Amino acid sequence: MKKVRLNIDGKEVESQEEMTILEAARSAGINIPTLCYHEKMAPHGGCGLCTVEISRGGRSRPVLSCIYNVEDGLVVKTQTPRVVKHRKMLMELMLASSPVLADLARQYGVEKPRFEDKVTQCVLCGRCVRYCAEVKKANAITFVGRGINRRVAFVDEAVSKGVCLDCRECFGLCPTGKIPRETDSVCFDGLTIQDVLFGAEDKQH
Amino acid sequence: MTRLKSPAALERARKRILSQRDPHKPCVTVCSGTGCHSYGCDKVSAAFVNELSRNGLQGKVDVRRTGCHGFCERGPVIVIVPEEICYLRVKPEDVPEIVSTTLVGKRLVDRLLYEDSNGEKIAHEGDIPFYKRQMRIVLASNRLLDPKSIDDYIALGGYSALAKALFKMSPEQVLEEVKRANLRGRGGGGFPAGVKWETTRNAPGATKYVIVNADEGDPGAFMDRSLLEGNPHSILEGLIIGAYAIGSHEGYVYVRQEYPLAVENLSVALIQARECGLLGKDILGSGFDFDVIIHRGAGAFISGESSALMTAIEGVVGEPRPKYIHTAVSGIRGQPSNLNNVETWANVPLIINRGSDWFTSIGTAGSKGTKIFALVGKVNNTGLVEVPMGMTLREIIYDIGGGIRQGKKFKAVQTGGPSGGCIPESLLDLPVDFDELTKVGSMMGSGGMIVMDEDNCMVDIARYFTNFLSDESCGKCVSCRVGIGQMIKILDRICQGKGKQGDIELLEELCEVVRDVSLCALGKTAPNPVLSTIRHFRDEYEAHIEQKRCPAGVCKALISYYIQPDKCQGCLICLRNCPVEAIAGDKGLVHIVDQNKCTKCGTCLEVCPPRFAAVTRLSGEPVPAAPPLGTKVVRPKGKQ
Amino acid sequence: MEIKRGKRSRPNPISTPASDNPGSPASQVYHTQETNRQVVQELDRTQEIVDKYGSDKTALIQILLEIQRENRWLPRNALLYVSEKLDVPLSQVYRIATFYTAFSLTPRGRHGVCVCMGTACHVRGSPRLLDLVINALKIRPGETSPDRKVTLSTVNCLGCCALGPVLQVDSEYHGNPSAEEIKKIVSACD
Repeated sequence: MKKVRLNIDGKEVESQEEMTILEAARSAGINIPTLCYHEKMAPHGGCGLCTVEISRGGRSRPVLSCIYNVEDGLVVKTQTPRVVKHRKMLMELMLASSPVLADLARQYGVEKPRFEDKVTQCVLCGRCVRYCAEVKKANAITFVGRGINRRVAFVDEAVSKGVCLDCRECFGLCPTGKIPRETDSVCFDGLTIQDVLFGAEDKQH
Repeated sequence: MTRLKSPAALERARKRILSQRDPHKPCVTVCSGTGCHSYGCDKVSAAFVNELSRNGLQGKVDVRRTGCHGFCERGPVIVIVPEEICYLRVKPEDVPEIVSTTLVGKRLVDRLLYEDSNGEKIAHEGDIPFYKRQMRIVLASNRLLDPKSIDDYIALGGYSALAKALFKMSPEQVLEEVKRANLRGRGGGGFPAGVKWETTRNAPGATKYVIVNADEGDPGAFMDRSLLEGNPHSILEGLIIGAYAIGSHEGYVYVRQEYPLAVENLSVALIQARECGLLGKDILGSGFDFDVIIHRGAGAFISGESSALMTAIEGVVGEPRPKYIHTAVSGIRGQPSNLNNVETWANVPLIINRGSDWFTSIGTAGSKGTKIFALVGKVNNTGLVEVPMGMTLREIIYDIGGGIRQGKKFKAVQTGGPSGGCIPESLLDLPVDFDELTKVGSMMGSGGMIVMDEDNCMVDIARYFTNFLSDESCGKCVSCRVGIGQMIKILDRICQGKGKQGDIELLEELCEVVRDVSLCALGKTAPNPVLSTIRHFRDEYEAHIEQKRCPAGVCKALISYYIQPDKCQGCLICLRNCPVEAIAGDKGLVHIVDQNKCTKCGTCLEVCPPRFAAVTRLSGEPVPAAPPLGTKVVRPKGKQ
Repeated sequence: MEIKRGKRSRPNPISTPASDNPGSPASQVYHTQETNRQVVQELDRTQEIVDKYGSDKTALIQILLEIQRENRWLPRNALLYVSEKLDVPLSQVYRIATFYTAFSLTPRGRHGVCVCMGTACHVRGSPRLLDLVINALKIRPGETSPDRKVTLSTVNCLGCCALGPVLQVDSEYHGNPSAEEIKKIVSACD
């Protein structure tokens, strides 16, 4: 496989042609923050925390490092003031719907969000959905709805057949702990598609 | 129609069709686009058929239901050819008079003619100012042909560009011609079509796709719909030529599900084209195979984004993918896929037939050819206009559009849909050009051009677009889903009178993250309506926040309706018309609005007789105390 | 925009006892939220629609559009059938059914009342028209009247901007109707 040379934060990095900037950075020991990223699944590009600035002779622009492929001669900066500011704002936006992320948010300098939001304790990172689809190939949990009405929900049929109870591997992937917490680890009521679509919205979180 | 196996056969067919038609035979063309459909053009054309039959004229005068003529404000529109007599706002009841007076008597029915501001009547379509200043080349045939008739299209020279491309040009030559013409995408991006075609052509992969993007999600835009409904063959011809240049044998047309007439007319066109050997295997005997599938949308604005559209074609939920790898290289099922907008494809046969030199002679240095705009909103002549690139916004809005309705004052024109921005009066002399519009914080977009006047609130407009985008965001990215979600909350607050110091700055901060981090063009351009209105109309934002005042009198929470006691004449009109019975009073007694019940619908202001003008709309000031119930009105001096 | 009206679901004179387990393959009954009537969904048309597309996975959205048009909603059993026949995960079917506004997972009314909220209509006062319509129908956009007569929805741009603000009832368009006219139009629907 062809090798590619790029510059990350002033450091010359050699990587495989097929790698993303994030993978190349990690292989060189450079840390770029992530949340929705997981090595076992295809990158999602949902949380935005892995944003970096790239340039190629001249103007720089922000891109998602988990998806952007390395290029020969690429210059990458992972901690520009713009990118750091954006990461802080993203955490602030996530904290509004998921107060349980307070400790993580503090690491980005966010104490209290300036925004109010419906508390769902879910940032829709999609780790559960993607793991179940790509790794377990069970498709037992999915996204429903669109935009701000997007939710995560278990497929009723899979739950009733015991597929989820026997597996529960998505529990450990959930960054807010919503899934283990709201299922009490065994009871999926309230988180199934029928409940999420047709049930009352005032659940305990 | 038999299968045409060569360009010569096409020519013979064209000559045969023309020979069967008498160019001097009168024909009543009835505009049958969706706009006129909503005005009842069906009944009008049926009335003509009946009336002609009643008068024994059915063989002597044709009635043809054509595509959209564009003058939507004055529909139903009919044009009698060959004299080009144009009648506007025609009702079924007018038809007997038209038949007897004009078709038989050869005289004009004055009251149905266009009347200009001097009271002069204009009989010929081409002389009407709305049409005179336009350059209708892509829309040219809409008013002449029946979209369900391939014969009509061929009679006008249709498919001759395809024959030329397939037999007189190599794929590379077709590609070069389109590149030389500098045809830029008409869907909003403005990306050079020829360059995209070339990327697709050169990308590795034996299977390549070409796609027509007919999702037209921008609210207020109906250019593509009118083209698809009115002249589906023109788009098909352009698509086949493009497929030939790129090396593709399979095409898709993605039509939004809100356009059933477009789907119907396109479906008929595909069947007819296949029957004639103009689509499918061995087109015109050239050995080139190509066919098309129609794919219907299901109600999501994001489906118009090219990668989301291709995902939907694969049967997967239509969410955008990052554009770091172009869809021209990896699109449907990972294969090179070239997507262009309806209007872009419709330009292709013209470029092939008349040449890139002709095309580049129209327009500006960076933007060649014409652009179709849906000119709508507070303008007198609402409709579909086609103008050369470089015409100024002022000319379009005033010379073609006839200026602002009801004599009001122009405030802004919005271009580019939810990805675009508002342009104020000071910039009205800007030429319509991809780069010029982008420089001022807007963009060309797909062609929606919405005119606003003094009665429109710019904060409300920003709120409207942001709300739209919040509904339509697919929800994948935190920056777009939550970022826009918080932007709309702030804008809602401002419009409800709960705006705070720092809200404008917070909006700007959110705009930055949404623009920089979001994955797709919806998110990346979402800040434009907000940023452009803050840039050009900051004073309105400040009035809402600091003075709790809506200068345009739109934002309900910031306005109140008050009946001035010294002007009210107790006529009961507003009282009777109030939909929530919020007005108290009686004949001869001052009417009083109950501010607690009032829903701010504005009906009372609308219906109060102008000679009294007793109802006022207040904003940013306290409502004066109402007089006691039962107060008698004050009659003007000299009247008892 | 639905011009054609779907076939109405026929109540089964021989009522089948409801199954409490919605996932049970034996269940041919779907409980609606608003009424406790048992609505038996005939699967014949669904089968025809899927067969027409040759069980092609990539035609999933097109198939669902036709089922929606036919029934005025997407019955759960139809979704289960489509998932099985096309060999597409049920999660995928639900994802699509809840992403696009064309689809409804609850029965829609016999008549579609739609207010255009396109920019041109907005600028000419569609929010006010929507208020008048909500007042007349007593339901909000997205809702269906309890008697299943009417579903109210909004749409972005019908393309009749010169008429604006536009109210569409079934396949008829009305330009800037007054409160009185709206009442008349609505009561004319059966």
